[in-house]
Amino acid sequence: MSQTNRIDGGLVNRNQSYSFKFNNETMHGYGGDTLASALIANGVKLVGRSFKYHRPRGIMSAGAEEANAMVQLRTGAYTEPNTRATVAELFDGLEAKSQNHRGPLGFDVMAANDFLSPFLSAGFYYKTFMWPKALWEKFYEPVIRASAGLGSLSGENDPDQYDKGFLHCDLLIIGAGPSGLAAALTAGRAGARVILADEDFIMGGRLNSETHTVDNMPGSTWAETATAELYQMENVRMMTRTTVYGAYDHGIFGALERCTDHLFDGSGKPRQILWRIYSKQSLLCAGSTERSIAFGNNDRPGIMMAGAVRSYVNRYGVTPGKRVSVFTNNDDGWRTAIDLKAKGIDVTAVIDTRSIPAPYNVPNAATIMGCRVIDTVGRKGIHTIMLSSGQTMKTDCLAVSGGWSPNVHLTCHQRGRPTWNEKQACFVPGGDLPVGMSVAGAANGDMTLQSALTAGHNGASSILSSLGMSDAGSKIASASEESAKVSAFWHVTESKSRAWVDLQNDVTTKDIGQSFREGFKSVEHLKRYTTLGMATDQGKTANVLGLAIMAECSGKTIEQTGTTIFRPPYTPIPMGALAGRARGKDFRPFRLTPSHKFAEEKNAAFVETGMWLRGQWYPIAGETHWRESCDREVRATRESVGVCDVTTLGKIDIQGRDAAAFLDRVYANTFGTLAVGKVRYGLMLREDGIVMDDGTTARMGEHHFVMTTTTANAVSVFRHMEFCRQCLWPNMDVHLISATEQWAQYAVAGPNSRKTLQNLVDKEFDISNEAFPFMACGEVTVAGGIPARLFRISFSGELAYEIAVPTRYGDSMIRAIMQAGEEYNIVPYGTEALGVMRIEKGHAAGNELCGTTTAANLGLGMMVSKKKDCIGNVLSQREGLNPEKPLQLVGFKPVDTSISLSAGAHFVTKGAEATMANDQGWMTSVAYSPILNHSIGLGLIEDGKNRMGEIVTAANPLKQSSVDVEIVSAHFVDPDGDRLRV
Amino acid sequence: MIINHPLLGPRDAAEFVYLGDASLINRPDASSDDAAQAFYEYLYLRDNPAGEHKELWYHEQGDRSWLVVTRNTLTHEISKVEIARDVARAAGGSA
Repeated sequence: MSQTNRIDGGLVNRNQSYSFKFNNETMHGYGGDTLASALIANGVKLVGRSFKYHRPRGIMSAGAEEANAMVQLRTGAYTEPNTRATVAELFDGLEAKSQNHRGPLGFDVMAANDFLSPFLSAGFYYKTFMWPKALWEKFYEPVIRASAGLGSLSGENDPDQYDKGFLHCDLLIIGAGPSGLAAALTAGRAGARVILADEDFIMGGRLNSETHTVDNMPGSTWAETATAELYQMENVRMMTRTTVYGAYDHGIFGALERCTDHLFDGSGKPRQILWRIYSKQSLLCAGSTERSIAFGNNDRPGIMMAGAVRSYVNRYGVTPGKRVSVFTNNDDGWRTAIDLKAKGIDVTAVIDTRSIPAPYNVPNAATIMGCRVIDTVGRKGIHTIMLSSGQTMKTDCLAVSGGWSPNVHLTCHQRGRPTWNEKQACFVPGGDLPVGMSVAGAANGDMTLQSALTAGHNGASSILSSLGMSDAGSKIASASEESAKVSAFWHVTESKSRAWVDLQNDVTTKDIGQSFREGFKSVEHLKRYTTLGMATDQGKTANVLGLAIMAECSGKTIEQTGTTIFRPPYTPIPMGALAGRARGKDFRPFRLTPSHKFAEEKNAAFVETGMWLRGQWYPIAGETHWRESCDREVRATRESVGVCDVTTLGKIDIQGRDAAAFLDRVYANTFGTLAVGKVRYGLMLREDGIVMDDGTTARMGEHHFVMTTTTANAVSVFRHMEFCRQCLWPNMDVHLISATEQWAQYAVAGPNSRKTLQNLVDKEFDISNEAFPFMACGEVTVAGGIPARLFRISFSGELAYEIAVPTRYGDSMIRAIMQAGEEYNIVPYGTEALGVMRIEKGHAAGNELCGTTTAANLGLGMMVSKKKDCIGNVLSQREGLNPEKPLQLVGFKPVDTSISLSAGAHFVTKGAEATMANDQGWMTSVAYSPILNHSIGLGLIEDGKNRMGEIVTAANPLKQSSVDVEIVSAHFVDPDGDRLRV
Repeated sequence: MIINHPLLGPRDAAEFVYLGDASLINRPDASSDDAAQAFYEYLYLRDNPAGEHKELWYHEQGDRSWLVVTRNTLTHEISKVEIARDVARAAGGSA
């Protein structure tokens, strides 16, 4: 194909010829083209099919507001659906395909929907697919989803990289059109730290699309000069291809910079950067968007916004038609006819809805005032228009202008509502703007070039003075005069054919009328019932038209009708950009214990707990199933000795004269009575009386305690204790420090644990049973002088110790322990074996401390001291938490010991139906005990302590299982605790 | 949002953890006769104002200060930021 519609002029680089493919057909364009302008250059009119009716559609705009020309860009894993051709920069090798058709674009079988349109109006889905209900999931929804929707995803991982970044500035200027550039010059010359961001790939906005002059030079030249000056300023950051998409609290903005989207190959650089911009002040110079007029068949390829036609002709050097007509309700639309004539393109007619004298003289064109286009002909490209005067005209492009709507979006992101300006027939920013924001230029209703330049300069000046700076004497640029006279004219009532309001979601004027008749009269209801403005373009060209028609239906003013709420983002943001680097294994950071390298060497399987990676089990040669490893680790530990990394438990260092008193208040049980050199189990409640966490706390000195928390709650317990310290008891002399990462800690458990440690702890420290009994703690040295803390505590139920060394010794410590225990065949054991042993011993853990259980539920009710106040004490005594037959933690063993129990099963009386009414509690933890050689469980059941020996049914309807179990003591192993004390 | 930390200056709200109404500072006396009722009200009954609200924020990714932030729930305007410990002491915090 050749560039049949390429004309002279424009800002494209004709020395840079690019080859690209559209629907597999090779075409050519130039550097500086968008995909849309290149398609127009090649005479392509039909570029896609509409969402619902599969109507043939062409390009209707030249910017981010595009509702029709959505393409599938790139191929393979790089493919991106719903890309607006009007903002996709052309590059050599670009590949694009049209969307939403079955069969070729020119013959879409789904176009049958168009002829079924009488049945497919607003609310069609709600009314039609009501019954039979069973068909919805299996039939209706898949069919609807397949026939609607636009482009498709690759189904592969996104191979691109995305970054996030943070920027700070005195002044963020959003939009680099005439007002934005004027403001940036004024603020930049004054030395303010300025960020100027624009979604386009060149600065200048409409100056590049119009034929106005500024300071006696073409507008685009003035923009280029201003841009060059700004690039020289070190205090100004120029950000092209950057859409400021959201205004958030306190001057924070979200912006998306497209770094490599305009390149064939990003060379490994981030494709896009999601910026968070912190601004002291912001100036919104986002310009305005032209809207259409609704008339019969106004969606045909070749029908375009009048301003877009000027963009293509003036900026890109392409013409959308050879015989163009203009349909307008304002003076600005006439400029299209004038600019086309200047380029030597035939203008058939200018049709103006206003009954006034023609504002301009357009030679060799019919100028028809007080007239309307009522219908058009040309399914895949317009060729004829019919007028209300009865005339019929041949034309291959109809440029429509319904007036310009200021881009007020960002002024409304904190629920500000724009106000209707009757004279300019548009919404302008109103009410409360986001903190620090002001608005200038067309976005504020300054609809002429001179007023935009003036407002930009003045806006920057007043911002400078609010920042305590003064402007450096910048002058306001002077521009050629233009007229912005406009009338409020929305739709052609004589049209018999469907007239589109929202092109992307296929909403017509009839749908709006129907919505009104069926009672969906508020704009928010109208939006949801008809889907007006709900497509990817968010109704940029459609919303004002839609609510004006609704206002007409209801007999209200547009002001009374109001707008729907604008929310971020202004234009679509790829999920990849929101995710940034937080993907896959980098989704969140993970933490490694000091023994991680050792664990890797031992082929550990790792599990993530509270961001830590912990060894789950350590397979040895010949073991193929995790249970083999776990069972072996349990047996080896219970028979001789094992070592487990418990560094991940939270460690909080507590010091101060009131440390003991503080602990008495945060723990349910008493710590003031704990002797120095002793450890005690501690139970922590929430203020509502539910158990929060547990752990052990060691008294290292009169005013010095070391607390451990569960791995999962380490952060929240520390936060809670800081709250208690600072907010509840601010006069207590107590200080907290998280020491979790300062100490590497290992549990050494099993009958040979003491002998193992005696090989390691320096000889001057006596750790015999007499000198260092159960629940003792103290400071020792190991391996010839390395400081360590030793605690004689046990989670496994065996004779056991925990030994802590400064983290930097962690790796050598685990190796030293392995060496010290070599003669006892020491094994490292993982979290699975740890879990099995604590279930065998009947210790509560995360599954039991689940945020619904009380101390009484866990059999620890006696620990809640009645003698003192502590967090949760008062409310733990509430009637509701103390029923006659409370849930109690007990053990369960299957009657048929060959059966495995399952956690989560609910208990009912033996043989009773598994219903909520019969529910008596649930199984919290299960394990296979390699000591007992059968499955065992812990669980909460009503009045459990008094039901020992009773057989109940553990029902798990999810697994269709029902197992008879016997209620037994939770202490399966060593119920009297003899092994702990030897 | 940006919270103007009394010690550290303006910090992004993402560095903080939110707890709730600053009335949580005023923990009732557990030894009083109506302690059960007082604790129930303390823990569960909150005003939910559309407007100025005093609330507790914790600078977890910072200096671990608990702060009392006076924030307008309609506009998110933050009019005052205080160190919670100072507020608690002024309120006669126990011990």
